Amino acid sequence: MKRLLVLGAGTAGTMAVNKLRPLLPRDDWTITVVDSDEAHYYQPGYLFVPFGIYRPEEIVKPKARFMPSGVDLVLGEVDRVEPDDNRVLLMDGTELRYDYLIIASGTTPRPEETPGMADDLGGSVHEFYTFAGATALAEKLRTWEGGRLVVHITEMPIKCPVAPLEFTFLADAFFTEQGLRDKVEITYVTPLEGAFTKPVASKYLGDMLDTRGIRLEGDFMVESIDAEARKLVSFDEREVAYDLLVTIPLNMGADFVARSGLGDDLNYVEVDKETLLSDRYDNIFAIGDASNIPASKAGSVAHFAMDLFPHNFLRHIQGLKMTEPFDGHANCFIETGHGKGLLIDFNYETEPLPGKYPLPGFGPFSLLKETEMNHWGKVMFRWMYWNILLPGKELPLPALMSMAGKETADLS
Amino acid sequence: MGMATIAGKDVHVNEEGFLTEFDEWDEDVAAELAKNIEVEMTDEHWALIKWLRADYQEKGETATTRRVQTAGGVPTKRQFELFPKKPAKKMAYIAGVPKPKGCV
Repeated sequence: MKRLLVLGAGTAGTMAVNKLRPLLPRDDWTITVVDSDEAHYYQPGYLFVPFGIYRPEEIVKPKARFMPSGVDLVLGEVDRVEPDDNRVLLMDGTELRYDYLIIASGTTPRPEETPGMADDLGGSVHEFYTFAGATALAEKLRTWEGGRLVVHITEMPIKCPVAPLEFTFLADAFFTEQGLRDKVEITYVTPLEGAFTKPVASKYLGDMLDTRGIRLEGDFMVESIDAEARKLVSFDEREVAYDLLVTIPLNMGADFVARSGLGDDLNYVEVDKETLLSDRYDNIFAIGDASNIPASKAGSVAHFAMDLFPHNFLRHIQGLKMTEPFDGHANCFIETGHGKGLLIDFNYETEPLPGKYPLPGFGPFSLLKETEMNHWGKVMFRWMYWNILLPGKELPLPALMSMAGKETADLS
Repeated sequence: MGMATIAGKDVHVNEEGFLTEFDEWDEDVAAELAKNIEVEMTDEHWALIKWLRADYQEKGETATTRRVQTAGGVPTKRQFELFPKKPAKKMAYIAGVPKPKGCV
């Protein structure tokens, strides 16, 4: 019997086992998944919880429900991978041996990595990148009476790089609807030069901040947070004061990745960006947010990569060359408030561009343009996530990015 | 993409003026690039620039400010003092390596 071991039953890990189980004969292969949490969170929902759009209980289901038969789900915390011995040790001492290992342990926010950030967490400092954080922020916003709201990104890369902008747009809409907007001053603080990572989208999104009266403080690398004086301090000694800080803490991969000697400076597993195979071990892959591929850390990237990965994996275990290179395709709905949204579609080489995104039988969606249809696309996505994506069923979307419908006039 | 003459040498540059050919870099070119962005080069600057090039050769990508701190041993705060406002971009520009990614 050959053993496939998967570390992490989040978005990527769950999709991987659902796609691989039917392809690997049960007489020849066992599949085991390890995760420390019994609950599967619909992470795109974290954005909506603070504004009361989703209730916390609407975005969580038991992980076991998404495991196909023939896959063992082991609850436990990984201590380390010993890649030279093809085994994984859990914190409770359990040893799990493997022939092939897939690391799908994601990325998590680390407020303790920035001096002062954790001091007032849950008070005047909040985050929405965890279930608990999003829930606590909902409680805070329910009674907050206004003041200086600062939305802040600590350092790139972060999971879902558009989420902080979406939060900002939704906050603007939320306070407007509450009749509080004139009592709230919103500032968007980012280590990037502009609103987003890529130039064309950055300009569109930057203009959208402007028209909403939101100030942008760019090139801001936070050194510390003075929780008592309520201000962010940058390495070049700029200060931004807040009454309510919503920060995206430093994101890092799992600590066991570092303990196993498999990670880069932020604990991301170093892999080939086209095949997701480890640079150093021929029987270790990293998928989803856990890898260091230069793509957005996002469910859509994990999904498109997982459309190609099973084919590559099957060839690799037979000693054949992997023939379906991943292009870094990402596709993100961006909520902009008042029932509208944007859509962006891009990959390693092509930045998000305006135009149309064709979708047979349903679309087209407009790219980089606020429409109600894009909002509904995002709303529907929760159902698709639970019922189509996680179980590994096919969506009628091409895995690789297409230039069809995109306008290139804005490219210099 | 285009050509530029820097320190009397014809070199390939991109639209932001970054060298695109690793091997077209030399210290004279670097000194002029530093002048363009008003960085006064000291031994400490040179050591960091040379480390950045060596690291790029080894890893195939430009070190982020975080990596310059953890692997290169220069604290982020010091990087901001040596290359004010935008250390990652300025170091890469002078070192003749691409802007660090990190931003995806």
